[in-house]
Order: sequence, then structure tokens, then C-alpha cells
Amino acid sequence: MNIGVVVFPGSNCDHDCEYIFKDVLGQSVKMIWHKDTLPAGLDAVVLPGGFSYGDYLRTGAIARFSPVMGAVKTFARDGGLVIGICNGFQILLEAGLLPGVMLRNTSLNFICKDVYVKVENAATRFTNRCESGQVLKIPIAHADGNYYTDPVTLGGIKANAQVIFRYCTAEGKITPEANPNGSLDNIAGIMNADGNVLGMMPHPERSAETLLGNEDGRLIFLSMLSAFGKSEQPSRLVGV
Amino acid sequence: MKSLVITQAILEQHKLSEEEYKKILEILGREPNWTELGMFSAMWSEHCSYKSSRIHLKKLPTTGPRVVQGPGENAGAVDIGDGLCAVFKMESHNHPSFIEPYQGAATGVGGILRDIFTMGARPIALLNSLRFGGLDNANTRHLLKGVVSGIAGYGNCMGVPTVGGEIVFNDIYALNPLVNVFCLGIARKDKIFLGKAAGVGNPVIYFGSKTGRDGIHGATMASDSFDEQAAQKRPTVQVGDPFTEKLLLEACLELMAGDCLVGIQDMGAAGLTSSACEMASREGTGVELELADVPRREPGMTPYEIMLSESQERMLMVAKAGREDEVIKICRKWDLDVAVIGRVTDTGKVVLKENGQIVAEIPAKALADDGPRYDRPSAPPAYQEMLQSLNYDALPDVKDANATLLELLGAPTIASKRWVYEQYDHMVRTNTMVRPGSDAAVLRVKGTNKALALSVDCNGRYCLLNPYEGAKIAIAECARNLACAGAEPIGVTDCLNFGNPQRPEVMWQFVLAIEGLKDACEALSVPIVSGNVSLYNETNDLSIYPTPMIGMVGLIEAADRTATQWFKQAGDVIILLGRTREDLGGTEYLKIVHHREQGSPPLLNLEDERAVQACTIGLIREGLVQSAHDCSDGGLAVALAECCVSGPNGTVGAVVQLPLDGLRRDALLFGESQSRVVLSVKQEQVDNVLNAARNAGVPASRIGVVGGSRLVIRVDGDQRVAGCTIDLEVTSVQERWALAIPRALGQD
Repeated sequence: MNIGVVVFPGSNCDHDCEYIFKDVLGQSVKMIWHKDTLPAGLDAVVLPGGFSYGDYLRTGAIARFSPVMGAVKTFARDGGLVIGICNGFQILLEAGLLPGVMLRNTSLNFICKDVYVKVENAATRFTNRCESGQVLKIPIAHADGNYYTDPVTLGGIKANAQVIFRYCTAEGKITPEANPNGSLDNIAGIMNADGNVLGMMPHPERSAETLLGNEDGRLIFLSMLSAFGKSEQPSRLVGV
Repeated sequence: MKSLVITQAILEQHKLSEEEYKKILEILGREPNWTELGMFSAMWSEHCSYKSSRIHLKKLPTTGPRVVQGPGENAGAVDIGDGLCAVFKMESHNHPSFIEPYQGAATGVGGILRDIFTMGARPIALLNSLRFGGLDNANTRHLLKGVVSGIAGYGNCMGVPTVGGEIVFNDIYALNPLVNVFCLGIARKDKIFLGKAAGVGNPVIYFGSKTGRDGIHGATMASDSFDEQAAQKRPTVQVGDPFTEKLLLEACLELMAGDCLVGIQDMGAAGLTSSACEMASREGTGVELELADVPRREPGMTPYEIMLSESQERMLMVAKAGREDEVIKICRKWDLDVAVIGRVTDTGKVVLKENGQIVAEIPAKALADDGPRYDRPSAPPAYQEMLQSLNYDALPDVKDANATLLELLGAPTIASKRWVYEQYDHMVRTNTMVRPGSDAAVLRVKGTNKALALSVDCNGRYCLLNPYEGAKIAIAECARNLACAGAEPIGVTDCLNFGNPQRPEVMWQFVLAIEGLKDACEALSVPIVSGNVSLYNETNDLSIYPTPMIGMVGLIEAADRTATQWFKQAGDVIILLGRTREDLGGTEYLKIVHHREQGSPPLLNLEDERAVQACTIGLIREGLVQSAHDCSDGGLAVALAECCVSGPNGTVGAVVQLPLDGLRRDALLFGESQSRVVLSVKQEQVDNVLNAARNAGVPASRIGVVGGSRLVIRVDGDQRVAGCTIDLEVTSVQERWALAIPRALGQD
């Protein structure tokens, strides 16, 4: 599988995403500078986490004007897979590729910890290796993950099964206590109507290796591979 | 050059003594102008010149087979094999953090990060050691929140995980908090960059942020004591921009991947002055700079302001002649300001011009290396004997062990620091194997099978009571934290926080602490490769406790052979390595329960310490251990409680039986005897572990079993005394420990 990881000024999970796809899963990865365009032949594009443009003005608000975003929009319109993680999700919202906005966490603090999310739709190109209703433990690390949208849009994405992940307890219960940031309806990740663009606040790349103590996040990447009929390549074992 | 009448008041303002001024006259053979005076003032400040500490620092052991770069550069470097080096350093940002906690702490992080990536290393971990007053003080709560968000704001944005640290709350730090930041990076051993202005004719290039009028006299401010007027010094604190620093980091590493760079140094304290003169001095060259070419934020800045500005996120480099365009192209790619501002010369002088006119001319070495050195008088304080003597017979023993344990677990110094570390991104870069909350943080090293363990530590109260023993213990405990992760210590960085060196009792503390560090490092065969000294930590004439903070790096050869502190499984057997003595002096127990910070700190025998650590590391390497936890603040009972409640997957109980062995009950439960480790091991490994300990000459005893929902600690032969048994629901233990800090902040 050919993956492109976009590097905005201030991206800081770009290397982590590269590492997962290339070193752990054995796929081909190209790093794409935000002033460039997308190379031909990509199967999927990753908008990684970080602080693009320092989160100045508003998270993702400046990155959406980066030259590469025109190409990302075209790529998405043509059916290419796009996954935005954390700041990548925020950029997808600002760019209008996904509906809704991000508010500050209700605690007003940056929060870094493991959370549980429930897979609400396992019939997608990002979750086909999960069971429907499966609970995944994946860490979050953000100050602005409080997803919000208007009631009509919310009704629409729910009816259309575009809500992919919701914060839950370890047992899979959707409760206010399990919601780390106050997001609407415990939403942790959503997809576009065409099913090829996913945005999620939790970081699956941080929970995809045995050595780091948790492999739940790997299912997301394996699902993307499956969507292309690919499987994980024996990795060039790096870091045990 | 315009001449100037230097008055006593001007010297006072620049914190230069009359003798120092005479030396300046001697060096220049004339009177300095305003710019030159400012440059001397900054470079000869305590902060930059180490004038009170340098003769003592020389005693520290700084060499060893793994040392690639010792003290004197931006950071130290230690060989970790596979062609890689761990590059690390710790630095203080105490004074600015007191004046402006968010920016003070944030720019502290920014400064230490630059020290690391300047060496060609990509930073992969930050840790911090913080000292505050008691949380019952509103200003302390304000400082804690500000410092934590400052560290988070900068480190998170940079994408460098803050993987560990420690915090102590004690009123002595109320008006002089400590913010010490540690950073570690990984570099290729053959690609270490140094701050050298080599090659006459090579271009001197400025890049990063523009120079503004912020932070002028920062180094001088950091070399002064505080009083009620401290808040008025706010303009000397710099304002950080982590986004620009992230661009600077990536630009530096991209530049360093090529071969156009000769030398590089960040502009930290004393800004352009220090980077220019230090780079020239190290190489025995000179530099000539045109100040009109320095990128500036505003017009009308004088040479004095340009040279003394401490605007953040700036770098100075020397590139190979003819390669300027390459450098400029990479800096522009990352949207950074860049300008060729001068050339390397053979004059040995820093020559500054403004539109071609010379505005300053000083021998580089005079600024960087020939500053004053003082052998300041030292003498023990009059109160030292009173501090150390304590009549234990006058102190009642524990009456209600349950209540005492809960009280200690609820003390902010001992309580869970989750409220703090959850605000730090501690996982970015996906190397964090052991997250904050265990004895040491553990990170895998990508591209190898290895991992590094990191710990920071210092018990200032021990150092107050006995600076020599306290400093020894700081080294020993830091190494023990690493041993509990299965790591062998390979290098130390220190951050020596002390009071006013012009007070003989402070110098006495400093000199003895250095002796202690030296002896402990030698006994444990670990060199000090970098460090920082922060003096004048006093406000309204009250000095802080001597706090020689230690950051230590340990190597784990096989990344999957490490351990964490919490109990793993019911049925596992609890084994205590080491010996419990009547060590009550200077303990957290004495402070919390008896309100005394007195006595002699616990006895530390370095031979015993070495044996316990080697034994622990060996057991972990052989996979015989389920968990390993250092016994420190709060003693054995607190260590056992932490083993029960600190794990990420919920709590587990334990039933423990301890022999009294003629000790006081409080000494047995809460005394802080050194060289002890609590292990849990699978039933079938118990004999192997006990045998291994015996062979290593380490006392080891089976003291209990993991399991159940209660923490029970019984003391043998002491059943007559009511209340001597600890017997608590582990969830209530957990609650007290976990919620103490959020409750104190009103955020539970």
C-alpha cells in the first residue's frame, strides 16, 4: 500500500505515522511537505497529529490553507482514503472535508491518557478488522477535542452511520464520565458520507505495538490495508 | 567609540564589582563603552561565568569509557552502542518561573531543547523537577498551575514527550520555586555538532526568530536574590514561541544531515553575546559581526540591546564558506529568518560593527573564559548542630498506623502526580514504554533493541541536614530508580540549586554537596557529563534548601527486559531487598506527623547500595521479577501502598508481615532507610531470587503476598499494641493517594 503522510509546519506525529506504516506494517510511505502537491499513485493520505502552525488562531485553521490541501480535497473527492488523527481531524473539519468543529476540552486542560472508544460502525474501510461494538483502548493527547455540530448535522451523521468511534467505559458503556473532553454525544471519530475520509481524536499509532503495551490501535491500520486487499508485511523489526 | 563615564551606580546596575571592573580595564587597556560593559556584565554574571562554583565543579568525575562529550559544551553525550549517543542536560529556570510562571517554565523547556538539538540530537524525552511551597498557599497554587501549563504548552507543541519528573512541596520554596528541566536526545556518534567558530573566513549565520527587546539582562537577573520587588522584573523574562522552535529544530536537523555546517550554538542566556564569544573562544578564533544585518523586530535597537537581548528561538552557526545559499534555502523552507551577519577571523576578538563602524571590540576569551573566579569563604551555619540533633525518645511512636499511612499518602509530595503528567503529552514519538508514575520512565530506542531509563531526583531536606550525605543519596536514589527498571546507570547531569554564595553557610553546603556527588558517582561508576548551577535562590534573605538535582540515564540492553513498580498478580510473593534501620531523621514522616525537619538523613553505605542495585538489575534481566519499587519518601509502608495502587490496570491488595527487630514501629513502617527495593516475584521464582540475593551479599526477605482487596501490614511480636497494624481497603488507599493534589487545587 502507498501511503502519503502530510507534513505541516508544526506536525509532530508525522514520524510516528511513518513508523507505523513503514517499519511496523511494512508498507511504502512518502512524506509530503505541505507546500508540495500529492504524488501520483497514493492509496491513502494521513494528516498526522501535532500543532500545525502552532495551533495559532484556532486548531487546523491555518493548515487548511496550505497548498497541499487542494490536492488532498481532490484526492478525497476521487475516493482516496484520508485519515486525520488529532490535529489531522481538526484540519479535516476546518477544511470542510468533515462536518462540525472542535471546542476546547471542558477541563480547559491538555489531556494525555488512555481512553476507551466503542466501534460504532465496523463496516468501514477504517474499521473492517474490528467487531461492531468492540471496545478499543487508545490514548488521546489534545486540548481541543470537544467535538460539536448542530443538531441537524448530528442527526444526519448518526442516521448515516458516520459516527465511527464514541468514548466509552472499559465495558463499552457510553457515559458522561467516560467522555474526556465533553464532546457531543461522546463522539471520538467520524467519517464522511462517502466513507473514505475519517477523522479521530485518539492516536491509534501510539497503541499499535506490543512493546508499548497495547496493540488495539493497530486494527485501524490493518483495516485500511484490508480495504486495499493488502496484509501486513513481516516488519523489519525495529525496536524489538 | 564614544567614551563614557562609568559610575558606581552603573556598575551596581550591571552587578559588577569594583575589582571586576578593574580587571575589565586591564583586559581592554581602556574604559569599556556601554555595549562592552553590558557584554562583560552578562558574561561575567554568576549564571554565565560560574564564578563562585567553577573551582569546585572541577572535582566532579566527568570521564568514563562511554563519555563522548563531557561538561563545557551545550550538553553531554554518552555512547549507548549501535553508533548512537544519548545527549542530555538539565537546566534551571527558577527565577523567571517565579516572576512569570507560564513563560518562565515554557522558555526553560525551550532552552534545554535547544541545548540538545544544537548538538545534532533529536530530543526524545523531557523530564522536570519542581519545588513549590505548600499547596495551602494560594500563590503556590497559582505558580504550580502556571508552571505545569507552561511546560505542557511548550513541550506538547514541540512534540517531545514529557515522560517523567518529580515534585516536592515545602514552604521553604514558597518564594523561590525551582523549575529544573531535563532533556535527552539521540544523535549519531559520528554526527555530534559543537559550538565552534572554526575556519577563518567562514560565514557566521544567524537564524530563527528576530531579535527583540525582551529578556535583556535575563542572565543578570538570574544571578540576583529576590525581594518584594521581584514582580517588577517581569520584563526580563522572555516569551516563548514553541511553534518557531519546532521549525528551528527541524531546520537544524535538516542542516546537520548535510555537510555545510562547521559549528552551531543556541542563543540562550546572554543571547548573541554568549554564542559569539563562546564559539570563538572554544576554537581560539575571533568573529566580526555587522549588527545592522541582525534580523530585528523593531527599528532603533542599540548595539547594547541587540547583544543582550534574550529573545527566544535563535541560533548562531558557522557554515563552510561558499555554502551560504544551501543554509539559507533550508532556513527559508522552514519560514525562519536567516542572515549572514559576519565572518570568523583570526584576531581572537569579538568585533562588532554597526554600519561599518566598530562599536565593540573585546577578546573572546576574556568574555567567555577569563571571567572572575572566586574561592568564596565557607563555614557551617550556626544552626547546623541544632538541626541535626533530635531526641527521638521525645517523639511518640505511631499510635494509629492506618491514619498515619493515609496522612502520608495524602501529602502532596508523596501523592499521585497524575493531575500534572496528564497535562503533558508523554507518548508522542511512540517510544514511551513506561509512562510517568513508575520509579523511572523507560523509552525504547528506535532502530535498536535497547531502551533507556530516565530519572530525576533530589531530597533537599536531606541535603539541608547533611549536604554531603544528602548529595550522595540523591545520586544513589536516582540510580536505584533506574535499577528498578533494570537499567544500568551510564551518565548523570546535575542542576545545582543553592542560595546566595556570598553567604559562607551556603558555600559550605555547596562544597560538601559536590564532595557527596563525587563520592557517590565514583562508587557507582557513573560520570557527570553536563550540568548547570543556579545560585542566589533566596528571597527576603531566606535561602532554599540546598537542592543538587540529579538527572540520570540508564541503559537497558534488551528493551523487553524491564520492570515497573506496581504489583502485577495475586499470588506473587513480595520480597524486600536491603536492610531496615532506625532511619527517621529528615523523613517525610517526621515532617508530616511530627512537624520536624530535623535529625541526620538516613545512613547510606555505597557498597551496600551498589550491591542492591546490581542484584536488582540482574534479577530483572533474567526475567525473575514481576515488579520492582524503590523505597523512598514515606518508607516501606508507603512503598508497599504505591505498589498496590499505582498500576494502570486498577488496584490490588497485599498481605505483609514484618519483623520488628528491635526497631521503633514508625522507623520500620515509615523510616527511609536507603538501599531497599520491594520486589514481587512469581511463587516458583522465590527460591531463585532469594539465592541470587544471597550470592550477591544482599539481605533479602520474604515479607508477604500480593492479592485481595486490602492492604494489610502486620508487625511481628507487636500485637499487644493497639493500632500498630495497617489494614485498609485498597480502594480507600488509592483514593487518598490519587485525589490529594486535585483536591488541594479544588479540582477533584
